[in-house]
Amino acid sequence: MSTDRTGPKHAGPRRGPWSFLSGGTGTVALLLVVVFAVIATQNPSFFEGPPLMSFARMAAPLVLLAVGQYFVIVSGEFDLSVGSLVGAQVVVAARLIDGDEAMTLPVMGLMVAFGLVVGLFNGLVTTVLKVPSIITTLGTMLILFGAVRYWTGGAPTGALSESFRLPGRGGIEGVPYLGQLPYALIIAAVAAAAAVWLMRSPYGRCLMAVGDNDVAAAFSGVRVWRVRTAAFVLSGLMASVAAVLIGGFSGVTAQVGEGLEFTAITAVVLGGVLLGGGRGTVVAAVLGALSLEALFTLFTQLYLPATIQPTVQGLIIIAAVAYASRRGDLRLPERLRRRTGPPTERPLGTSRR
Amino acid sequence: MTADPLLRMRSITKSFLGVRVLHGVDLDLYPGELHALVGENGAGKSTLMKVLAGVHRADEGTVELDGTPVSFDHPVRAQRAGVATVFQEFNLLPERTVAGNVHLGREIRRRGRVDVRAMERATGDLLDELGLEGISPRAKVRSLSVAEQQVVEIVKALSQDARIISMDEPTASLADHEVEVLYRLIGRLRERDVALLYVSHRLKEIFDLATTITVLKDGQRVDTVAAGDIRPAELVRTMVGRPVSQVFPDRLEARGEHVGKVRLDVRGGGNEQVDGIDLTVRGGEIVGLAGLQGSGRTEIARALFGMDRFTRGEVRVDGRRVDPRSPRRAVRAGVTLVSEDRKTQGLALNQSILANGRLALDAVWPLGTRRRSRRLPAIFGSLELVARGGHGQEVRFLSGGNQQKVVLAKWLAAEPGVMVLDEPTRGIDVGAKQAVYRLMRELTAEGVAILLISSELPELIGMSDRLVVLDEGRVADELPGGSDEEAVMALATGAPPEQEPGRSPDRHGPHSSGAGPGENGPRSQHEGAAP
Repeated sequence: MSTDRTGPKHAGPRRGPWSFLSGGTGTVALLLVVVFAVIATQNPSFFEGPPLMSFARMAAPLVLLAVGQYFVIVSGEFDLSVGSLVGAQVVVAARLIDGDEAMTLPVMGLMVAFGLVVGLFNGLVTTVLKVPSIITTLGTMLILFGAVRYWTGGAPTGALSESFRLPGRGGIEGVPYLGQLPYALIIAAVAAAAAVWLMRSPYGRCLMAVGDNDVAAAFSGVRVWRVRTAAFVLSGLMASVAAVLIGGFSGVTAQVGEGLEFTAITAVVLGGVLLGGGRGTVVAAVLGALSLEALFTLFTQLYLPATIQPTVQGLIIIAAVAYASRRGDLRLPERLRRRTGPPTERPLGTSRR
Repeated sequence: MTADPLLRMRSITKSFLGVRVLHGVDLDLYPGELHALVGENGAGKSTLMKVLAGVHRADEGTVELDGTPVSFDHPVRAQRAGVATVFQEFNLLPERTVAGNVHLGREIRRRGRVDVRAMERATGDLLDELGLEGISPRAKVRSLSVAEQQVVEIVKALSQDARIISMDEPTASLADHEVEVLYRLIGRLRERDVALLYVSHRLKEIFDLATTITVLKDGQRVDTVAAGDIRPAELVRTMVGRPVSQVFPDRLEARGEHVGKVRLDVRGGGNEQVDGIDLTVRGGEIVGLAGLQGSGRTEIARALFGMDRFTRGEVRVDGRRVDPRSPRRAVRAGVTLVSEDRKTQGLALNQSILANGRLALDAVWPLGTRRRSRRLPAIFGSLELVARGGHGQEVRFLSGGNQQKVVLAKWLAAEPGVMVLDEPTRGIDVGAKQAVYRLMRELTAEGVAILLISSELPELIGMSDRLVVLDEGRVADELPGGSDEEAVMALATGAPPEQEPGRSPDRHGPHSSGAGPGENGPRSQHEGAAP
């Protein structure tokens, strides 16, 4: 029966080197290629080094946020607070630095710490107080949004230092063909690689299992609350790094960070990482972020107004999830799924035991 | 019966994932009759009922209602045709009134608006007619007891002109005095010429209520008899009677260092469900936990594995005192549990075989994972795990037997000293069962201590070296392995073995209202038939 499988063969016969392209990853990779191809017909010079690098610089923060959101979504939760967190970080950084170069590093450190604390808060409220994460992070989003406006009196003050803006704007000069290799691209690539590595570690496999079936995970000895909380902390960390890039790239405005949480969720969903957890790869999430950014670039080239972006995001979320659920691999969270079960599985409010 | 049957089911066959659960089953229902469906766990009672209810579709066979062939592909179709089913979980909206639930989806309307009064009147009339004055049509369903909710389900079925009502374990969660209400209601239903199909494990109820009894076994109909023509003991024998082919693998020669040493020792363990549990399992030994449903078998397993806790007494593993406060701690102490519900508690269904197999390692020993997980392919191999997609295949695509092997592999990788197996062969095919049995023998030979819980008495008796029989949360007694089933059942029911279940002198016919199903006579529920 199993004689051909007794050897130390980990993967089955169907897993070749391109197996990561199967399922959602392949679909989104194809989408990215298509969008790039359309861009190329509109603007043939897009793939000549510098324009491509400026695209990468723009996409980098979204890639970081998508990776952070990926951890949370794959564990079966949501993080709606990242947009507000990015906004708060940038505004606070501008006020604290106020143009003073010496303050740059301490403030960056503070931002990272702040991001970790917000993530820890989200995680603990969700896992220990059992508040559904969609509510927890919605609350955090509003808290941060209001607190920053209260603190700054509505209009951001101060200014970011030049060295603070370097990671978002600068790069390594004189690279052949590309011209300037943006720091943002390097940072995003490192973060994505680290995320891929993390998902292959015991922690990543536990995270995946928790998103798939937290009861079974707990019964296998996983400390579910820790694993989930750590996912929120990672999301907070990614948001902090993204905030540095965004602040550097686009400077300080009152609107900075607005709506980013939904852009990140759209990117992850586009990558085929299913809401409800337990499936999807980091690579897919990153490709989703790139596709989304490429789509926005295309819109700019077609002279479509930027205001249409949220509408497109909404359509993408619905279409992507509908596509996944047609393919039959969508898993809604337990509480949403129960309604559609056969009559035997429909519980009455009162317990029968 | 001279009349034609109201319902005629012929050679109903149904398979799930290649496992045949119903095998050419015939069933006739006559108006005014209560037809009891009995059989052990996994005999196919619930599946047959679900085929009738339109929840499952039969692979083969015909269903005729009033002589016309019907095919219910949805529960609503069955309801419209007059076939109602009262499942163990109800289909009621707790925030609506009784009348609102009874008329759910078929609200009485007047001038485009829901006529609440008319619905309440209609429901009230029906309740009066059934002698159920105690329930107000205006009460919210959530305020009702479980028994009353069940009555509402039945009334709902009647208001839809159901001519066939099937009930799945209707008394499973009822208190004794509530059962009485159900008995009365069943009497009234029969007077109204409703045909009833009744699944229960309690033989007493079956002999109180049934006119006809059909015995199912391993998906086949063994016999259909008039209730008056069979004695309870005979019925039990028909239910249990096993083909001789069922054999359990022989014990292997012990070779592990822990063989014979006490590996699990529980002294005076107790919590809310169990009390005074003394239990010793040695390396190389399989100890079977026998008892009726609710006797505390699973509760002991849960307490040992840190899902619940023993609030009294002490647990020692390999001589060291442990207090398993969480599954994680239990695993660290060397205790693992293969739980009875592998889909919700044992597996992450969308993950690969390999990911599931190494989950315990990843979770509990994240640093040593690499070394330990090298053993996994060999473990999969020794379990004869067959997966077409290799070990990268997601476990949701596997059959029940192979899924169970993945769960077992997960725990074998953790190299436990004590394994608690709660219904390890539930819902898996014969071949996989044999593989599980062989594995158990191999593990014990290596010195693992196994605590086996099973509703299948022959399995428990055939595999265990010793049997600890539980009754109502306490250890009733200990028996050697290979004891006969009746001795075990006698201990588990707390009754001397000679006493026949069922027909006790204080029994009343199903029609006499106020019949006393409530007496705490020996519960003649056969363990093997527990859900």
